[in-house]
Amino acid sequence: MRQRSTFLLSVLCFGFAFFYIPIISMIIFSFNKSRLATVWGGFSVEWYFRLFKNTQIINAAILSLEIAVISATFATILGTMAGMALARFSRFRGRTLFSGLVSAPLIMPEVITGVSLLLLFVFMARYVGWPAERGFTTVTIAHTTFALSYVAVIIQSRLQSMDVSLEEAAMDLGSKPWQVLFDVTLPIIAPAMISGWLLAFTISLDDVVITNFTTGPGATTLPILIWGKVKLGVTPDINALATLIVLVVSIGVGLAGYLMYRSEKKRERDIQMALAANK
Amino acid sequence: MAGIAPQKSGPAPQELELPGGKSGFRNWLDRNAWRDIIIAVPYVWLILFFVAPFIIIIAMSLAQSVIAQPPFRFDETWPYVTFENFDRLFSDFVYLRGYLTSLRNALIATALCLLLGYPMALGIARAKGVWRNILLLLVILPFWTSFLLRVYAWIGMMGSNSWFNRGLTSVINVFLPAASEINSVPMMNSNFAVILVVVYSYLPFMILPLFANLEKLDFTLNEAAMDLGSRPMQVFRDVTLPLSIPGIVAGCLLVFIPATGELVIPSLVGNAGDPMIGRVINDEFSLNRHWPMASAIAVALLMLLVVPIMLYNRMQERASEGVK
Amino acid sequence: MGIENTGKAWENLTAEPFIRIEKVTKKFSDFTAVNNVSLDIYKGELFALLGGSGCGKTTLLRMLSGFESPTEGRVWIDGQDMTSVPPYERPVNMMFQSYALFPHMTVEQNVGYGLKHEKLSNAQRQDRVKQMLDLVQLSQFAGRKPHQLSGGQRQRVALARALAKQPKVLLLDEPLGALDKKLREHTQFEIMNIQEKTGITFVVVTHDQEEAMTLSTRIAVMDKGVIRQTGTPTEIYEFPKTKFVADFIGSINQFAGTVKSVTRDKAAIACADWAGDITVHGDSSIAVGQSVSVAVRPEKISISKKAPAKGLNAVEGKVIDLGYFGKDSLYRVKLPSSALVRVNRVNDQRGRETERVAQWEDKVWLSFEPSAAILLKD
Repeated sequence: MRQRSTFLLSVLCFGFAFFYIPIISMIIFSFNKSRLATVWGGFSVEWYFRLFKNTQIINAAILSLEIAVISATFATILGTMAGMALARFSRFRGRTLFSGLVSAPLIMPEVITGVSLLLLFVFMARYVGWPAERGFTTVTIAHTTFALSYVAVIIQSRLQSMDVSLEEAAMDLGSKPWQVLFDVTLPIIAPAMISGWLLAFTISLDDVVITNFTTGPGATTLPILIWGKVKLGVTPDINALATLIVLVVSIGVGLAGYLMYRSEKKRERDIQMALAANK
Repeated sequence: MAGIAPQKSGPAPQELELPGGKSGFRNWLDRNAWRDIIIAVPYVWLILFFVAPFIIIIAMSLAQSVIAQPPFRFDETWPYVTFENFDRLFSDFVYLRGYLTSLRNALIATALCLLLGYPMALGIARAKGVWRNILLLLVILPFWTSFLLRVYAWIGMMGSNSWFNRGLTSVINVFLPAASEINSVPMMNSNFAVILVVVYSYLPFMILPLFANLEKLDFTLNEAAMDLGSRPMQVFRDVTLPLSIPGIVAGCLLVFIPATGELVIPSLVGNAGDPMIGRVINDEFSLNRHWPMASAIAVALLMLLVVPIMLYNRMQERASEGVK
Repeated sequence: MGIENTGKAWENLTAEPFIRIEKVTKKFSDFTAVNNVSLDIYKGELFALLGGSGCGKTTLLRMLSGFESPTEGRVWIDGQDMTSVPPYERPVNMMFQSYALFPHMTVEQNVGYGLKHEKLSNAQRQDRVKQMLDLVQLSQFAGRKPHQLSGGQRQRVALARALAKQPKVLLLDEPLGALDKKLREHTQFEIMNIQEKTGITFVVVTHDQEEAMTLSTRIAVMDKGVIRQTGTPTEIYEFPKTKFVADFIGSINQFAGTVKSVTRDKAAIACADWAGDITVHGDSSIAVGQSVSVAVRPEKISISKKAPAKGLNAVEGKVIDLGYFGKDSLYRVKLPSSALVRVNRVNDQRGRETERVAQWEDKVWLSFEPSAAILLKD
């Protein structure tokens, strides 16, 4: 018997209102004719048109997407390895340190990671010669580094709830460890790897602080651009940009949710069918 | 997937260690290469891009500030390092106040997140079927939209000309005598604004771990307590609350630690005269170009947070062992 | 298909063993899971490792399959030292407790997975898979994925997959544990049939006595890392060598006593619990004055209202508990010495409660043949 608690219900309503009222207000005002972003001057979509003609914003968006795709991919590869190392090998030298290193970026304040990475790149530029300038490469490296922790946590948890006898069975049937990895392990954790990639992608796309420290002139990502503009105040064109981003993300999340719902239902039907035809 | 299988007896159920054998490169390639490479590659990356910067920033905090390119210098003579930055840190009240403000803001924000987030997480965990997934999606959605833009959304609301502010002002003016009516509620550029926006941004980080914990709780325990005579409030206090402590601790750490070092939010909506430490570090580094000083502030912040960070790590390790 | 059955080698135990476990010990940091175990298993056997949880049977199985390596000792399979050979190079296959079917592959792909490493043409491989599916009667499910199958069907896929490579040894880890009662019986016989048909040496690990007794040709009873007794099911059940084994399988009554006299065909044991002496068959290994236990299985004791014939060990008692199971009944009888005796009798006469052999509080006579008594010295 699950109780219907009015208290919980009202807190939920308040909480979601707290979440969404600012966002909805922002969306509404993106259609504001007036330049004053907080006073309604009539309905207009001109800010959206202006957005598409704003090359600065478009270039920044493209750069952000490029960095996000590359860093997410590297983060997924490295994070999967790290997650596997932690989930499957419980005894190796330096494991505790490794575990700490993998999970630390998750909660470490970004300002500390940002400053320290910047210093690293300065030193590397001086003594090693590469990366010579801060920009695309350094930002990508920085994003990869902290995104890999998120992927590692996801993969580690997925592997731990996966039956290890699957991998043993593959070995028992003659496959060497490398083959087992590609035949059995990776196909099974593939959905988790995809979630990890998406998470790393989003984190990279959204990052401000670390990017701020590790970027250089000529490599302005979208969040950096927005931050610059926001410091100057609220303007409708940013409202428009924000609305677009919210729209894209909503569609993405909604789609993902729907697909998951569909596959769950199919699975349930399959299981019912198997039980019904039980022999 | 698999049939219902009782727990295997014997240790090391998640191991993939194979019996040793002959030596040689070929053998290593076949048997152990996969394991060594899988461990080594991320390890090397992390050492290079996480440990090394860490060491560098500690070294930097022991250097001298100079007006030069690059803006630091190590002493030519032994001991090469200087503690002058840390001296200033402890003697100049500005910095100490920065730490205190950060800790205070972060603590208040964490408490508020807990007060609002716990009932929300509980409500979602108790929701039935489809509703639960929908509510969860609604919590995750803001989490995936840009953090910066969410802060920005609140800036829009808090400005003295926004509909929200003017609406709030009218409501408040109803309760005030005509003489002391206010024009607008001063929200921007204050610690209040910082705390408000921190709560707004970090609330999903409190709700999600709490939810993960609460949804796994066995509801039949609550039923047993009620069967034995406890009223709902007591059941919550005696059964649900104690069992949700791991989730509470995880959520609080996940909010408190990063919030302490927050940079964007204090920069945009905070009080410039009473900045949080993240903003201080950024200003020292980017504006004043005092790299050693900024590094010292950052290192001190890390020292402050090292205990909660290690606590969090230990919880994670223990949690992952509990899964087996 | 199938290896030729070379006759029941385990019945005289003189042939060369197919699997030899030689003084194997396995230690995990401070815990010894398997302690100096030696065991010989013969070709074509269906051998069971029986024991409770923590007794080391699973660890022993994993050392046979290659997933653990012994801290000490050697493992020989078909004359070759396999101690440090990894699992993917052993001619041994395992049916896992959780079945471990690859969820992203169909039944066909699962069964055929191991055949990639054999030198077979595509046609031969497909043929073998088809053969295996026919053997376990799952041909029509070849294209399904594991989550579309019931528990019993998944188990058969796991069995077919483990047999596909025609291994020298097949290991089964708690094969019937996850099945419900009806399915269990059916599957038991299926496993036995398949083993006879293919002639492959099976080693089964189980905690279920019934499973071990029905399935196997020989059983090894394990406890705390050592083997207590090895023998055929009959040997283990009717001729246990120690109190532990006697007590472990089924239930048993034990009476402590002292040897009073010994002749060539019989001996007399003075038991305080039993009225008078118990007569048992002669045993050359006991001496007068020795402390022994007389153990008798509940189904070997007769219960009646009338005094029994001469020559049997008999005593009077009172029924204090009665358990009616339909096909048989369990009586708990209290003797004058306060000892409790369990008696189990088949209800071979149809009738109402009042027409039973004995009721609660009835005074009854218990009796058993001298041949029914087991002498246990430890």
